[in-house]
Amino acid sequence: MTPPPILILHAPGTNRDAEAAVAVELAGGDPRIVSMTDFRAGAASISDFAGLVLPGGFSYGDALGAGVRLALELRTWLFEELANAVRSGRPVLGICNGFQALLKSGLLGETSGPEGRRGVTLTDNANGRFECRWVTLRVEPVFGSGWLASLSGMKIRCPVAHGEGRVAVSDAQVIGILESERRIAFRYLSEDGRDGRDRLAGGLYPANPNGSVGDIAGLCDATGAVVGLMPHPEDHVVDWQRPGGPPGARGLPLFKAFVDAAR
Amino acid sequence: MCVTTRIEVTAVDDPRADQIVHLVRLLGVVGLVACRVSRVYYLQGDLSTEDIDRLSREVLVDPVVDKMIVGSPTPTSHPVVEVAPRPGVTDVEARELERAAAALGLPPVRASTARCYELIGDLDDEAVSAISRQLLANEIVELHSLGTVQPCFDSPASGEAQVNTVKLAGLADADLVRLSREGLLSLDLEEMRAIQDHFEREGRDPTDAELETLAQTWSEHCMHKTFRARIRLEHTKSDGSVAVSSHEGLLAALRRVTEEIAPPWLRSAFDDNAGIVAFDSEFDLAFKVETHNHPSALEPFGGANTGIGGVVRDVMGVSARPIACTNVLCFGPPDPADRELPPGVLHPRRVRDGVVAGIGDYGNKLGLPTVNGAVVYDEGYVANPLVYCGALGLLPSGSHPTEPRAGDRIIAIGGRTGRDGIHGATFSSAGMDEATAEQAGTAVQIGDPITQKGCIEVVEQARDLRLYHAITDCGAGGFSSAVGEMGEHLGAEVDLAGAPLKYAGLEPWEIWLSEAQERMVLAVPSSRVEALRALCEHHGVEMTDLGRFTGTGRLVVGHGDTPVVDLPMEFLHRGVPQKEMVGRWADPVPEPVEMPEVDPARVLLDLLSHPTVASKEAIVRTYDHEVRGGTIGRPFVGVRGDGPGDGAVLKPLGTWRHDAAVALSVGINPRIGRLDPWSMALHAIDEAVRNLVAVGADPARVALLDNFCWGDPTKPDRLGSLVRALEGCLEGARRYRMPFISGKDSLFNEFAGKAIPGTLLISALGLVPDLHRAVSSAFTRAGSDLWLVGDPSDRLGGSLVDDLLGICDRRVPPTLGKPLERYVAVHRLIADGSVTAAHDVSDGGVAVAIAEMAIGGRLGVEATVPMAGSGGVLTALTNEAAGRLLLESPPARRDHLAARLGPLGRRIGVVTGSSSIEIAVGGRAEPQPVNGEPVSIDLDAAVRAFTGRGAGS
Repeated sequence: MTPPPILILHAPGTNRDAEAAVAVELAGGDPRIVSMTDFRAGAASISDFAGLVLPGGFSYGDALGAGVRLALELRTWLFEELANAVRSGRPVLGICNGFQALLKSGLLGETSGPEGRRGVTLTDNANGRFECRWVTLRVEPVFGSGWLASLSGMKIRCPVAHGEGRVAVSDAQVIGILESERRIAFRYLSEDGRDGRDRLAGGLYPANPNGSVGDIAGLCDATGAVVGLMPHPEDHVVDWQRPGGPPGARGLPLFKAFVDAAR
Repeated sequence: MCVTTRIEVTAVDDPRADQIVHLVRLLGVVGLVACRVSRVYYLQGDLSTEDIDRLSREVLVDPVVDKMIVGSPTPTSHPVVEVAPRPGVTDVEARELERAAAALGLPPVRASTARCYELIGDLDDEAVSAISRQLLANEIVELHSLGTVQPCFDSPASGEAQVNTVKLAGLADADLVRLSREGLLSLDLEEMRAIQDHFEREGRDPTDAELETLAQTWSEHCMHKTFRARIRLEHTKSDGSVAVSSHEGLLAALRRVTEEIAPPWLRSAFDDNAGIVAFDSEFDLAFKVETHNHPSALEPFGGANTGIGGVVRDVMGVSARPIACTNVLCFGPPDPADRELPPGVLHPRRVRDGVVAGIGDYGNKLGLPTVNGAVVYDEGYVANPLVYCGALGLLPSGSHPTEPRAGDRIIAIGGRTGRDGIHGATFSSAGMDEATAEQAGTAVQIGDPITQKGCIEVVEQARDLRLYHAITDCGAGGFSSAVGEMGEHLGAEVDLAGAPLKYAGLEPWEIWLSEAQERMVLAVPSSRVEALRALCEHHGVEMTDLGRFTGTGRLVVGHGDTPVVDLPMEFLHRGVPQKEMVGRWADPVPEPVEMPEVDPARVLLDLLSHPTVASKEAIVRTYDHEVRGGTIGRPFVGVRGDGPGDGAVLKPLGTWRHDAAVALSVGINPRIGRLDPWSMALHAIDEAVRNLVAVGADPARVALLDNFCWGDPTKPDRLGSLVRALEGCLEGARRYRMPFISGKDSLFNEFAGKAIPGTLLISALGLVPDLHRAVSSAFTRAGSDLWLVGDPSDRLGGSLVDDLLGICDRRVPPTLGKPLERYVAVHRLIADGSVTAAHDVSDGGVAVAIAEMAIGGRLGVEATVPMAGSGGVLTALTNEAAGRLLLESPPARRDHLAARLGPLGRRIGVVTGSSSIEIAVGGRAEPQPVNGEPVSIDLDAAVRAFTGRGAGS
């Protein structure tokens, strides 16, 4: 089977592109790191790729807020192409800074708050600091046709490394909408599953490392094609990357599902 | 004149607001109840209301969390303080806002930013002023004002070519000295005379730029004059005898010992910007550690920020892709209550918080894992914090070109040149006092990591495309040093008129000497310039052709048609007179000590919560230590990720096809140095090596780096201590058979005549043959054996317990005569899978180390540690003898370990499933009679003491 070409989008300040490429490759894809410059210059086209990863980093230094400038670039240069790609079912995965940019660009779907504005955002961690630590995620039951659907209930251990990863909503109703539309893709779990049952982090640090509402670690759009999450599953694709603990819970199945959806 | 629009954006639940309230309370200022923090943007340009609305919606305001006010701020009865970067200080936010406006197709906009703080509560003017100065703004880089600040907008322009001549001819000695002092040249009389003589021979006076070029090149910071000096050392031993020795250059001595050891895997030592060793058949590793002490004392965030930036460029300067960062920080004790500080000294807590934020900001944004380091707290660093910054890089073997050729273009890439960083090298070559902050304002900078990130991509690709013949970073001395060093054997012609500037009004000497960050200089053959330009454009990196290397042996700099510098390279690089210096050192005379009557269990908990031992999670978790996906040995280990790691283990991207990994570690102990700097060096080497071996590194593949931070070397006591430490390094390299591959000294770490304790940092770079066999310090399984390698000492000099209890033992533990035997044995046991956890015994001694293993594994332990000579129980538990490691091993391997370790190690106990740490003290043999009741502490209590929080979390 020919590995599907997967775009790893690189903007100035992107820095987890190489790891994302490793993850995609191990999952059976053909990763290609291409810079925004090439898209702006018309030297590359979204239609050349079967799937798109927006990796982590500090695009444009995040000087105007995490992902804000990249979101502007996406809207200005790639929005139609991306929207078409999504409509045709090609998977899009935003990790950390890529998630921030997807959300702020509107590509994750306009979750309406009051007056039709975006109702969900990613903002400063509750402790006001950058935070790097391993967390446990659970893939939540998402919309049936989404490429995550087959992973529902799966656990992933991987690190977070961000300063602006707190999911915040404009009002409590937004959570209800996200839940009813099955758009909450990942939640943080408590490390403390002693009785063998999963337990959500319950907003408690450090299992929920940033104070996200509803322990939300990632979201998807209404079709399930566009997925974003703050933690880094690409940093746990082989066993030796894990800091002890039981085997399994790698991020690789996530990338396999992504690459399969891209085929 | 355009209209200026003010936009104020407030996030509804900004965590910074609560932090400020908390920090104000720590300052001892009462009355602040709450704080509202806002971002302020000043926009100048022909913008319509719709334009501003669009810009706000697209990039300034998050609809979920932000509230915005356009125009005048809302009136309030509370004091409002606005803080803005000074003109010329890097303001990435403003620059990105201008670019965003352009991307939206808006009319040209000039932007300026500020932070606005509404201080809600009952505060008088004095309190507001204290909060502003001590917390919200640093006057060196920021303006602050009650109400709104006057925004400043930089304007693009070229420099003014004004070159002045400095009269040297006929100046008397006193005038030469005054000229050096008033011009911040940091040159002494001999050096000023050498310059005077040179220009007398040339028959003219120097230009300002020539004098500045010589001052920077000849600065202690760049030339390492002390390390090249002829030094007479008078060493008084504790028996009163005096040994006199002479040194013909400390740096040369370090080089010689490296040449003596000359392992086959050594690629480059001391010649380049970083030391280079082989990693595998394909790749080499480059490692460098720098210091950024003076700037960090004045502007902690910017100082540390640019410290990381600078050392990463050092690694780029050997054509390596940076892959990891390290840092070691020495601060004054972070006392909760405010304290009497000398005027001009920032509070140690502010220094710490700023330094940590600066390090995290730069490393995180470059996408480099910050993987290893240490934090040392000591009274000696209150006025002079130490900030050691390290960077590791990976490069294909033999890919680093180092020979510029005549005719090559001199190409600068990266950031623009401003007045920032002028006099950085000379400023770091003098002590500090109250007035330093005013004089050195421009020497301190804020970094711009994203610009440097672009340079990293460009340099890596340019290397692979073989676009350059030589490369170096713009560090101290700026273009002057970079071009002067690269063209040392050729000569160079430079035209400064084309250098892109951050703002108008720079004089040619300022462009030439500016230490603005994020710049690299490359020697590029004419035929490759366009290829490099295309690469730079692709990555959005600015590139400038400054001139060419000539072959005339002269450094000729102009600004358009105006001559600026014309100096022979020979004089620039070899004209500085060799210094003759005197060092004196007296070993302390041992005095009998009296051990205090204390409860050992209490002492153990106090040691665990001592800032030097206690968990550094609050600091280290703000650094990304996972990026690049190759961090195996982490700063924190164990089942809950809160036990202390000994060294870092890294698997570089691009090398996954084999199982070898890189290990990094450090050793530092200024407390020993106060008593015996020679022993400090050997102990620091030993600690670094123990840390490496503990994570699985092979002691036969270790390279060392030295970093000397000392006071004013013209004072014989400071120099004597420094030379003794260097002699220790030489001895250590020989005993451990480990070469020094790179080093750096930072001298004049003094404030108002008071020096820091001479502080040697040893950084070690090693190889782990099989990453699957790397181990951590956390216990893994109840029922395991606990082994102790190495012997105790009854000497407590330099130990943490001595410091904690004020014991004042002046005898430091002996150094190891034959260290390698034990490390080879331990390494073999780790490599054959017989060891499940290993931990080095250092600060706090063996009891602390055992407790740390228990904390990491959340397992109990019962152990009996050996008596230490004539010492009692406390000494046995807390001595910091060299060469000790704790190993956890399955009982099935007991005979194997006994055979391999022989007399080097002994089984001292067992890991238990209980929740207590019980450590008895016994005789030297095993099994041994117990000396009194074991010291027992609760595991939860140990966790609380170490982490500062509840054991359940």
